[in-house]
Amino acid sequence: MTDVVMPQMGESIVEGTLTKWLKKPGERVERDEPLFEISTDKVDTEIPSPIAGTLSEVLVEEGKTVAINTVVAKISDGDGAAAKPAEAKPAESSKPAAKAAPPQQQAAPAPPPPQAAPPPEEPVESSGPLSPLVRRMAREQNIDLSRVKGTGAGGRITKQDLEAHTAQAPARPAASAPAAAAPAPQPAAAPVAQAPPRAEQAKVRIEALGAMRSKIAEHMIQSQATSAHVTTIHKVDMTRVEKMRQKHKADFQARYGISLTYLPFITRAAVEGLRAYPLLNASIEGPNIVYHNEINIGIAVALENGLIVPVIRNADEKNVLGLQRAIVDLAARARSRQLKPDEVQGGTFSITNFGGYGSVIATPVINQPQVAILGPGVVEKTPVVIDDAIAIRSIMYLSLSFDHRLIDGALADQFTSKVKSVLENWSDEVL
Amino acid sequence: MLSLEVRELGRIGYSEAFDLQQRLVEERKHGAIPDQLLLLEHPHTITLGRNGHMENLLASEQALRAAGIVFHASDRGGDITYHGPGQLVGYPIVDLRDWKRDVGAYVRAIEQVMIDTLADFRIDAGRIPGCSGVWVDGKKIGAIGVHISRWVTSHGFALNVDTDLSYFGYIVPCGLTKPVTSMAQLGVRVNPAEAGAALAATFGRVFDREILQPALEKKAS
Repeated sequence: MTDVVMPQMGESIVEGTLTKWLKKPGERVERDEPLFEISTDKVDTEIPSPIAGTLSEVLVEEGKTVAINTVVAKISDGDGAAAKPAEAKPAESSKPAAKAAPPQQQAAPAPPPPQAAPPPEEPVESSGPLSPLVRRMAREQNIDLSRVKGTGAGGRITKQDLEAHTAQAPARPAASAPAAAAPAPQPAAAPVAQAPPRAEQAKVRIEALGAMRSKIAEHMIQSQATSAHVTTIHKVDMTRVEKMRQKHKADFQARYGISLTYLPFITRAAVEGLRAYPLLNASIEGPNIVYHNEINIGIAVALENGLIVPVIRNADEKNVLGLQRAIVDLAARARSRQLKPDEVQGGTFSITNFGGYGSVIATPVINQPQVAILGPGVVEKTPVVIDDAIAIRSIMYLSLSFDHRLIDGALADQFTSKVKSVLENWSDEVL
Repeated sequence: MLSLEVRELGRIGYSEAFDLQQRLVEERKHGAIPDQLLLLEHPHTITLGRNGHMENLLASEQALRAAGIVFHASDRGGDITYHGPGQLVGYPIVDLRDWKRDVGAYVRAIEQVMIDTLADFRIDAGRIPGCSGVWVDGKKIGAIGVHISRWVTSHGFALNVDTDLSYFGYIVPCGLTKPVTSMAQLGVRVNPAEAGAALAATFGRVFDREILQPALEKKAS
């Protein structure tokens, strides 16, 4: 069985919409035959099958948008002749790489039909003008060249690019090995390929934790070990903010090309809270309390396989428009990995918007060395009692995790009440 | 330097141009021809991308027929758009393996070609983040919709040179409720052929391709 993944269509492309399956489950597909179509911004692309076989399972239905490298289908290997790649592979990969490579290199110059490799990942044999040195380095180090950003003339990949790439992602030997070792039958099949070169099916799949995941793991444990975490939760009536948002949404979209979400309102309210209660914007350093004069708010951004917290500097100098712009910009660049190092440093307080993913209440972990983190839940229309009558209001639960070493419950609740009151009494002037 | 063959096709129906593209894409895949840039105008046509939404078509098909507009579903990216006389349509057939295997970079480069071409006519156009295409003061002047098969591109872009903009009233262009504009509306009087000549040169520069003498074949079948 071979996994077919959403291919990476370019450096800045992090997801694609599966627009059409060109084969139905149970249907036979040849290697390089168009299998599905995807849509990214303004571009529709046919994706050829990485392997010959029978489409056994479709995991992503038409119309769904998924991150790159998401498994979208499984193909079971064809009848013997076509290629028995999935099973054959372990055997193949134990052959010296040098043997596997030449056939494809020959295929490249020869004119015949669809040599055109599928966009996904075509390992070492990237078409372009690669120097022999780069080719050799990529082969020896099992580097998937489609993932290397070329900075040479015309986007050409240089030796320095390879070195930078390996320095950046040192932990992938296991994952990239199969891609390089099995070029002939099925380039795109990376995920299944991990299996040790044994005949029987493996019961586990082993993958390196990776640099980002290791770092997140370390930070999380360190934070739990450092702070005395407590979470307080307030109920916030977002009806006014919702009205405000509806009123300005279309104008925002038309004028600035971005949508208007709840997050900039919440960020703006948090700024008011931090101004009123600066201890929430402080940190502990040894025997001292350090009060930060700048209000730099970190916004947690989910990546395909991790998390990063870019920082809006001097958030107190921005209005809702400025905050929304900053959020959109930072999130987009976080997802395309184009943040500059100083954009993820210097935060004095953080916000994690789990409500955006449907969570009602969560208890976030503090982003060290800060002492508090705000977490808005999803905004939902809810029946509430107002003056002994039942009304429908847009309600949100707002969590604040704080470090009880520095902040007591009373202060935490005063801060959260302030944020709540700004949100509930929103007026146009604050926008 | 790799070369680019420019074909000026004049006014040509959507289906006819589509068939020609199909043929050239196949030839390009086999390396039988260099990269191509088709420049043309369509008669009144509305096309809907594969990812497009029918609700962005504001008129019934009967109403379109009555207005002399042909409707086509298309396999390009993007939502709905209008083509018609006075609009310069460009269909680059480029093997991205010889350029950059990056569809995002490709779209940005096509935008650049239109922006630089407009600059030749002293129009200050630019991008709006999140809204692909080319814009002048918040109005759309250039639209993009691309199809890629084995890294070979087809479909492309449309630049409003002297387009009758009232036809955009039949649709919500690209699903965006934003106004459209044209070079003529901005006070620049050129015809699509003149704009096309400037654009071809710019295209060669942005994509680093040497332009071959325009093919003589007009309206290839």
